[in-house]
Amino acid sequence: MSVRCREVDVAVVGAGPAGLAAAAAAAEAGRRVLVIDQSPRAGGQIWRHRDEGSLGRVPRALLARVASAGVTVLTGTTVVDAVSPRQLLVEGVDGVEVIDTTALVLATGARERFLPFPGWTLPGVAGVGGLQALLKGGTSFRGKRVVLAGTGPLLVAVAAALADAGARLVLVAEQAPWRRVTGFALHAFTNAGRLRDALRYRWAFARTPYVTDAWVTAADGDTRLRDVEVRTSRGTRTVDCDWLGCAAGLVPTIELAQLLGCTVERDRVRVDSMQSTSVTGVWAAGECTGVKGDAAALAEGEIAGRAAAGDTPGATSAALVRARDDGRLLGARIDAAFSLRAELLNLAAPDTIICRCEDVRRDAIDPAWTPRQAKLWTRVGMGACQGAVCGPACSALFGWAANTVRAPLGAPSCGAWQAALTPPALPGPPSPVRQAPEVDPHQGPAD
Amino acid sequence: MTGVVSIVIDGTTREVAAGVTVAAALLDHGVMAFRRDLHDAPRAPLCGMGSCMECRVTIDGRAERRACLVVVVDGMRIETAG
Ligand SMILES: Cc1cc2nc3c(=O)[nH]c(=O)nc-3n(C[C@H](O)[C@H](O)[C@H](O)COP(=O)(O)OP(=O)(O)OC[C@H]3O[C@@H](n4cnc5c(N)ncnc54)[C@H](O)[C@@H]3O)c2cc1C
Repeated sequence: MSVRCREVDVAVVGAGPAGLAAAAAAAEAGRRVLVIDQSPRAGGQIWRHRDEGSLGRVPRALLARVASAGVTVLTGTTVVDAVSPRQLLVEGVDGVEVIDTTALVLATGARERFLPFPGWTLPGVAGVGGLQALLKGGTSFRGKRVVLAGTGPLLVAVAAALADAGARLVLVAEQAPWRRVTGFALHAFTNAGRLRDALRYRWAFARTPYVTDAWVTAADGDTRLRDVEVRTSRGTRTVDCDWLGCAAGLVPTIELAQLLGCTVERDRVRVDSMQSTSVTGVWAAGECTGVKGDAAALAEGEIAGRAAAGDTPGATSAALVRARDDGRLLGARIDAAFSLRAELLNLAAPDTIICRCEDVRRDAIDPAWTPRQAKLWTRVGMGACQGAVCGPACSALFGWAANTVRAPLGAPSCGAWQAALTPPALPGPPSPVRQAPEVDPHQGPAD
Repeated sequence: MTGVVSIVIDGTTREVAAGVTVAAALLDHGVMAFRRDLHDAPRAPLCGMGSCMECRVTIDGRAERRACLVVVVDGMRIETAG
């Protein structure tokens, strides 16, 4: 099986706000640009959509700019390995492709953090952003009883979206104390746009209680979720529901940067003022460098795209720097106001599954182990998701360092992966001579 | 994005709205066991965005595809853990 190869000047991984802005900026500077995203459509998390007409003015304008700048957008395609800063291995429906590039922009965004609790593997328990994503993918929540529990502004945004879609929102439980939530609001809402959004959101689910100092301790059901146990200052009660959306904050998606050896600090990709990583030829933008919201992700993308295309003056524009700093400040405020209470880190029972891919229970793991020992003895973090879910969970629960990363990412098909590793299949220099990983019968598909 | 397409879920033909993801199509037809864990317990989407791997199903004969990342097309055949 031979592998196709494509040559570009700038390759961008991730078609969210950051990646799209980077791609447009680099293409407008005359570069041949390719954006790759595993989702079926461009837009990233916030602008996930089925129908472009449903998007707001900003995303529609950016998508139009990307198209008119001549950017090639490759959706439905996962970057499974970054062999070097100049060579990516990607897999789409049609198989594997090698991307040769001069410059690389990582705009891989963030994903949700999940904290294990009894019953969290039941169908019907999802991330709050996960519910948002399922909704935007066309799932109907009309008439469904939904509880949202956890922390942060995303709880409120998703509550509004679900209520608008006809869900019967039963309860929104925010674990942070009332004092911290109002303190955050006082700062954040000095920005008129944010205040307007917040009021609109709260109005949308006006009939549902928003309770602070409250969290879910367990979920129950036989083959799917039936009810959850909610703890509030007034005690514990059981609430019946069809869906539970959990929110424990976001974690930057940094695996590709780690594969390339980029410096990572506090679990985010470290960048300089031009969004350049510690590795020459690799820039990073958006939430993979720290959670900061869409406006700052756009600014960082624009800066990274210009810098990657060699436009240094453009990359240091004062307006862009201001938007970036504003978002970073907001991100820091969110972290401080919505820090996770200790009780949430102690919910797992001895038989609660921690690693959902390998079914490793809490009582099989000794927190005193190193992550490596835990992997060798229990396979925690070695399944299909490669620790995307249990890695951040174990960091929160046991204080373990971030998961170590090994290619391939995103569970590619074994056939495609093997073909790509067969040296004659790889066209053109430089040949990616990383060691072939041992084929692991538990991980990834039998193809 | 208007109109409906026909897909086959575990052998039964179903109509779903065009443009939805396979995950949405399955949930709307009551599928809650996308895959099963090592102890045969059902699993369904958790993250909705392609990172948790809980929604893996077989699509047109290809195993282990993430249902949340694939859009339905007319005639698509999907096998779940029922
Ligand atoms: C599930 C979820 C839902 C959210 N919903 C909202 C919301 O409703 N409102 C809001 O204000 N904020 C929301 N957020 C916050 C959101 O992260 C930011 O608002 C914004 O989207 C960040 O932009 P970004 O460009 O940095 O990253 P993202 O928008 O996350 O884009 C990153 C993109 O990179 C792609 N990607 C990552 N790794 C790979 C790979 N290896 N191969 C191919 N593609 C890859 C992903 O598919 C994704 O499309 C949500 C976050 C999450 C995790």
